[in-house]
Amino acid sequence: MTSLQEMVKRPGSWLNGSGPHADKILSTRLRLARNLKNVPFPGRARPEQLSQVLPSVVAASKKSSSFSELLVLRSSEMVKSDRQFLVERHLISHDFAEDSKVGALIIGTDESSSIMINEEDHLRIQVLCSGLQLAGALKLVDKIDEELDASLEYAFSDELGYLTSCPTNVGTGMRASVLIHFPSLVLTRQISKVLQGITQVGLAVRGFYGEGSEIMGNFFQISNQTTLGLTEKETITSLERVTNQIMEYETKAMEVLLKDARTQIEDKVWRAYGTLKYCKILTSRELISLISAVRFGISLGLSGLCDIAAVNELLILTQPSHIQKLAGREMASAERNVMRAEIVHEKLKTKQ
Amino acid sequence: MQCQICGKAPACVHYTEIVNDKMTELHVCEKCAEERGLHGVLGKDKLSISGPLVWMMDSMTSTEEDKVGNVQCPACGMRYSTFKETARLGCALCYEAFHSQLRPVLRRVHGSTRHCGKSPGKDSVKYARRREIQELQDELEKVIQREEFELAAELRDKIKKMETSFSRRRKGTPKP
Repeated sequence: MTSLQEMVKRPGSWLNGSGPHADKILSTRLRLARNLKNVPFPGRARPEQLSQVLPSVVAASKKSSSFSELLVLRSSEMVKSDRQFLVERHLISHDFAEDSKVGALIIGTDESSSIMINEEDHLRIQVLCSGLQLAGALKLVDKIDEELDASLEYAFSDELGYLTSCPTNVGTGMRASVLIHFPSLVLTRQISKVLQGITQVGLAVRGFYGEGSEIMGNFFQISNQTTLGLTEKETITSLERVTNQIMEYETKAMEVLLKDARTQIEDKVWRAYGTLKYCKILTSRELISLISAVRFGISLGLSGLCDIAAVNELLILTQPSHIQKLAGREMASAERNVMRAEIVHEKLKTKQ
Repeated sequence: MQCQICGKAPACVHYTEIVNDKMTELHVCEKCAEERGLHGVLGKDKLSISGPLVWMMDSMTSTEEDKVGNVQCPACGMRYSTFKETARLGCALCYEAFHSQLRPVLRRVHGSTRHCGKSPGKDSVKYARRREIQELQDELEKVIQREEFELAAELRDKIKKMETSFSRRRKGTPKP
């Protein structure tokens, strides 16, 4: 990876639909919050103190196999559209995009590993995997953590674990989340009951872009809420158990729908597919709901649709900053809507 | 549907938040959403965990607010009252400076006040030992509750032995 411009054309490997249960679980994300022992947290430290963080983390990450090829982006050198692009890419947070002056982002070989520098904490190590791969993601992030730990001195206490700027992250500093797509539970109106159940077992539900974002097109994010009192393994095991259980509910709801309304469901899927293939103007919001319907068709096993990778990639590549980066200029939303439709046609043409 | 904040403009942003298994729905117009920071993808999130966290701290320490508000971290100078506003600590040593105030907060948020996960490689030997002792102590409590005093005495001796060898090691004296 050498530049943002290169990233525009190539989606991250976590979107390729290769992981287990990729028809229902879009991706698994794990992040670790870490801080350096001798520097105050980013909210409190002076700029010159924070400026030490990036060089030492870059030096440490060069020893990690996940960062054998790396791209370093400094927020001071990012224009607004770059920041929004990286948010769309799930590589930086909104807060980082809006406020960061001394922050940076280190991207590993294929975007599946990255480190956000000087956001709320000095380091936010992130791993993204396709489908439901919590154990695999933990192994990967654990390895990166240990490789960095060899050259960095982390803030840690025996009693409270890894010390973080916000006490909601202290302990393991780990947030594990799965991005799920459960249209049958939404259609059969059982989703709010299921989501309420999730919060009762100490997990949180969020929208497509994580904290504070809205739930769109039947995409939800489930993640652990607590970081103290459980091991990393216990945390992902409980998330995995709950995810499997809801997946079972989704399958049952899907069976009911197919039994009672197969033709109506198929009609909805094919109409969505037809619109995607032939429309001339497409808003982001409409795209997400059409993609959701096509995704549903794929998980029902309807033949003749595109594959999971294509719908995943379209979700990411058709976002406003992606379109503008691809065009190489700023565009009004009306113009973007036309270009979005064109990108979708191209993708669906080549993917058949 | 009208905006639930200003009651004038039509609601076009629909926000669902679930906190402590209570679901709240909020339907607001674009302008109010902007003001409250509720606008989905591009928005800054102000209804995040820090909201409830701040509230939790308020409800717990309001009576002794004057006493604890002025407690200050000797390393970075952060006052507890500032932490209450921002829900962000200033540095690693703030955890020690505000130890007694943070304990109930951590218990509320996490249901626990003790780390059980991994530790940095450099500390892992020391840490594993301490955990071992901690586990024996937990076991001892259970045994005492079951009134198995013979077993309790055995455990107590074992813990004592481990603790002395642990502190001797820390002083650098090799184990006999």
